[in-house]
Formats: sequence, C-alpha cells, structure tokens
Amino acid sequence: MIEVNHIYKTFYVPHEVKALVDVSNKIEAGEVVVVIGPSGSGKSTFLRCLNRLETAEHGQILVDGVDIFDPKTDINTVRAEMGMVFQSFNLYPHLTVHGNVTLAQKLVRKRHKKEREEKTMMLLEKVGIAAKAKAWPSNLSGGQQQRVAIARALAMDPKIMLFDEPTSALDPEMIGEVLDVMKALAKEGMTMVCVTHEMGFAREVADRVIFMDEGMIVEEGTPEKFYQNPSHDRTKLFLKQIL
Amino acid sequence: MEQNVSNIKRLSNPIAYVFSVCGYVALLFLVIGSVYYATVAVDYQWRWFKVPKYFMYQQAITLYAEGYGEIDTIAANKDKVDILVTTDAGDRTYTVPRDSFDWVEGDMVSPGDVIASYEGGWKPGILARGLWVTLKISFLSTIFGIFLGIVGGVARVSDTPVLKWSAITYVEVIRGSPLLVQIMIFYFVLGTTMNNILMMNGIPKLHPEWYGIMALSVFTGAYVVEIVRAGIESIHPGQVEAARSSGMTYFQCMFYIILPQALRTILPPLAGQFINLIKDSSLLGMISIRELTKATREGITTSLQTFELWILCAILYLLMTFTLSMCVQYLERRTATK
Ligand SMILES: Nc1ncnc2c1ncn2[C@@H]1O[C@H](COP(=O)(O)OP(=O)(O)OP(=O)(O)O)[C@@H](O)[C@H]1O
Ligand SMILES: [Mg+2]
Repeated sequence: MIEVNHIYKTFYVPHEVKALVDVSNKIEAGEVVVVIGPSGSGKSTFLRCLNRLETAEHGQILVDGVDIFDPKTDINTVRAEMGMVFQSFNLYPHLTVHGNVTLAQKLVRKRHKKEREEKTMMLLEKVGIAAKAKAWPSNLSGGQQQRVAIARALAMDPKIMLFDEPTSALDPEMIGEVLDVMKALAKEGMTMVCVTHEMGFAREVADRVIFMDEGMIVEEGTPEKFYQNPSHDRTKLFLKQIL
Repeated sequence: MEQNVSNIKRLSNPIAYVFSVCGYVALLFLVIGSVYYATVAVDYQWRWFKVPKYFMYQQAITLYAEGYGEIDTIAANKDKVDILVTTDAGDRTYTVPRDSFDWVEGDMVSPGDVIASYEGGWKPGILARGLWVTLKISFLSTIFGIFLGIVGGVARVSDTPVLKWSAITYVEVIRGSPLLVQIMIFYFVLGTTMNNILMMNGIPKLHPEWYGIMALSVFTGAYVVEIVRAGIESIHPGQVEAARSSGMTYFQCMFYIILPQALRTILPPLAGQFINLIKDSSLLGMISIRELTKATREGITTSLQTFELWILCAILYLLMTFTLSMCVQYLERRTATK
C-alpha cells in the first residue's frame, strides 16, 4: 500500500540536520505500524513525507503505486485518501465541531448536503461526541478535540490514517478515550501508521513496531519480539528510558 | 481585574472622582471659550444661521411670459393652479402654487412679465453634495482597496516568484511616494492617455471621480496587502497542514481556513486604514472632484463664512470616521465571541 524507497531529508535552516537518512519501508494494506524513537529522531518527518507535507530530497514513495514526489501527481487526490491526526489537534477554531468535520467533505469530496450531514453525524457518533456537534473547538477538552480531529480525518473515507503523537498533548485521564477510538479503528482493518509511545496500544493492535534514531530505522519487528527481546543496544537503552 | 482599572477609577473617593470629571468639562469649555473669545477679539461675525442652506435650500423659481397676449383661463388643478396663457409666441399652460401670482383672467401680458414666482422644492446644498461625493468615493475605494489588498496579500505569501515579487513591487512603489503625487499621475498621466484612447474609440471620457477612486484604491490596497500578509502569517502553520492534508487545494485552504481566521487580526488595522482613506479623499479636490473639502472651499468663496464652514467640514469628517470605527468595533466584538 505504501512503499518507501531510500528517502533522505536534510533541513538546512536554522542549522543542518539530517532528519531522514536512507529510510526504506513497506506498509501493507490493513497493517497497523507503530513508530517510536527519541525526540528529534525523524519520526514526524518520516510520517509527514508519506503525504508530502515534507518532500524528500532523494528517494521515492509509492502510495497505491502512485509516486507522490512526481510533479505530475495530483497530490490532493492522494492526500484525500490519507487522513492525518496531529499532536496539537489543529481543529479549525472558526468552525464548529460539525463544520470541522463537514468542510473537506464539501470542498474535496464534493458531497451533497444530505450525504455530508449523515456522514458527519455517523462519525461524531462513532467517536462519542455527537452531543457536541454545535460546540466550538475551544470549548472542548483536549481528548474531545482529538476525537473530533479523528472524525474529521475519517470523513474523507481515507484508506490510510497517519497519527503523529495523538496523545502526547493530552492530560493522562484523556489518553484512554482517544486510544479507544484508535483501537476500534485498527480492529476495523484500517491501515494505520502511528507515531506513539503508548506501549499498551502497540501491544494490543500493532502488527509491527519501527524504532527510529538519528534519522534511520534501527530496528523493527512484531510488538512481542520488539518489547521483550530487542536486538540493538540503542533500542534497549531507549526502551529502558521510557519504561 | 483590579490591576486593569484606570487611574480615574482608582480615585476611591467619589467626590474626588466628580471633581476630576468636572475638571475635564471645565477644560473643554476653557478651550472652546478661548477660541470663541479670540474670534470676537478679531471682530469675526459668527453667522451659524447661514450654514443650513449649504445642506438644503429651496430653489427660487420665476416664470416669465414669452410674448404679447393674455391670461386666458385660471383653473384649479388639485392643490395647484393651471394658468393658460395665449400669446403670439404660442399657448402655454403654467402649473403653479396658488398664491404665487397676481393675475385675473383677461389680463394682458407682454414678454418678460412675471407670470409667477415661488419657492421650488428642496435641493441639496453644496456641502450635502460634497459629503455625498466623499461617502461614495470612500465606499467604492474601500471595496476596491479590500479586493486589491486580499489578492495582493495572498500573492505576497505565495512561493511563486511572479506573484510574490509583483506584490512586493506594488507595495514598495505605492508606499514610497506621496498620495497627492499619485493622484496627479492617475489623473493627468493615466487619465489623459486613457481618455484619449477612449475618445479615439468613440467611447465617452471617464469622469475625474473614477480616476480619483482608482488612485485611492491602489494606494489603500498597497497598505492592505501588508495588513493581510501579517494576518495570514499570524495563523498557526498547523491550520494549513490540517487543511492541506485533507486534500484541500492551496486556494481552498486560503479562503476557507486562513483568511476567515486572519480576519480577526486584520480588522483593527484595516479600520485605521479606511479611516485614513476617508480623510485622504480630501486631496481629490486637487483634480477638480467636488468632495467635501472642495465643496467647503467653494462654499466659503460665496459666503465668506470661513470659520463656520471649516469647523463644520471637520465635524463632518469626524462623524464619518467615528461611525466607521464604531461599526468595526461592533464587528470585532461579534467575531471575538467564537
Ligand atoms: N521544519 C523544520 N525545519 C528545520 N528543522 C526541522 C524541521 N522539522 C524538523 N526538523 C529537525 O529535524 C529533526 C527531526 O525532527 P522530527 O520532528 O522528525 O523528530 P521527531 O522524531 O518527530 O521528534 P519529536 O519526538 O520531538 O516529535 C530534528 O532535529 C528537528 O529539529
Ligand atoms: Mg514529532
């Protein structure tokens, strides 16, 4: 479903940082992949390359066989198939919860009003926040905002969902409600790439865990093998720190 | 809360507070009083009663006979009167108010005799017309200025060199020269060439007002570009990422996500810009547009009521700018509730 072939990314401003160095990976349809690694190891950059929020300098990414860095590719059609959820929610503050979930359905999917309304209410129901449809994002708790953000991404009927530390900005008591939504999604068979340090989540639904450090994929494997029996010293050190 | 109260409120003693307010009123009277006293000292005759006619006046109408003949019939026509006059120059019916003539049927008339004289309907005076022109020009320039500013602001933040550099050039060129000079260029350079081209193609000339509106719009637009740019840049980049990652195009993101949010930061400086626009429109008198300032000058040449009319002129500008800033404050409060 996603094929990443030898991508490199270097930032030159404010100073030179090799964010990704020769990263390759293959994500199958229906697979749930968890990416972990220390701060600054390039996890976000990797995720953001998958829908071209960042462009790699070298290398190739194929999404459903489409080369996303090819200038001839219409990136908006590719992006519509990939939902993204951010650490800081990024809800549109000038729109209600309902408006947040509806807008892209109208602009990108060109759905008719009736269809949009049904879809929106169905999704808000699904993430357990239908009662707040008319509320403004600023009046919601962090957990509620993140669930709205997930509903907003799902509204496009994406084939792939990307999560960039969806729970790290949340108070501990709200992490569970967001993870529950994500677990339900994983069990429905959604293809997911999640940057998250929630080990419980990884163990329960991940098919594969990827450990990144200094812009490289150091190690990957099933959650069982990865957490119990890591092979690299850097992985061992990192796991010791977060446990 | 307590830290926010002004100095006046912090005067805990109510008597001290009242004194302070009285002091303000006294100061106001002192200033107005001394201006008045100074004008008396130089023998200025205040004639405020002459001012209203610059807003509204009744036109005096006098009708004359056109040839030798007689008053044929005088017949009532609703609340007016029809006078049929037959002369060697032809027959004519004058419809006039009841008490505006002094004839009976059969009277002889000669050319130049006054058939009737009366006060016609109310007409707007020169100041009222000037005020209207200023409002019209300011309104249209505001609309075009906002349009130019938004287009330019969006171009200014884009990565495409042709758009970005065009916007920068526009802003720098316009902000680097006096508005008065620009008005002259628009009228005498652009206006002359354009009117000549229009004439050559058999299209009537454009009224100077249009060149004035162009100059003001282009001038204001350049400042609005910078205001819009600052507004756009104040929006968190996460908003763009959220919108673009859902498949929205650059322009959809701009018009549905960025600009509506930027509006809140844009509104206050934008209001200041349009208040300036109203005041700057006074320069258009230089290209023979009879807006409020020029109308005041013309009013003074006929009446010589210099002090009254200039003070009135200033008050009218103040009324316009004050109304505008009230409207914007209202809008600001409405957008802030979200
Ligand atoms: N837009 C940018 N401009 C410059 N440098 C950047 C930019 N984005 C990321 N970097 C740098 O690239 C490196 C990798 O960043 P990235 O955000 O991918 O790390 P991360 O693994 O997601 O870290 P974190 O856990 O803190 O989110 C870091 O050193 C970061 O400073
Ligand atoms: Mg990150």
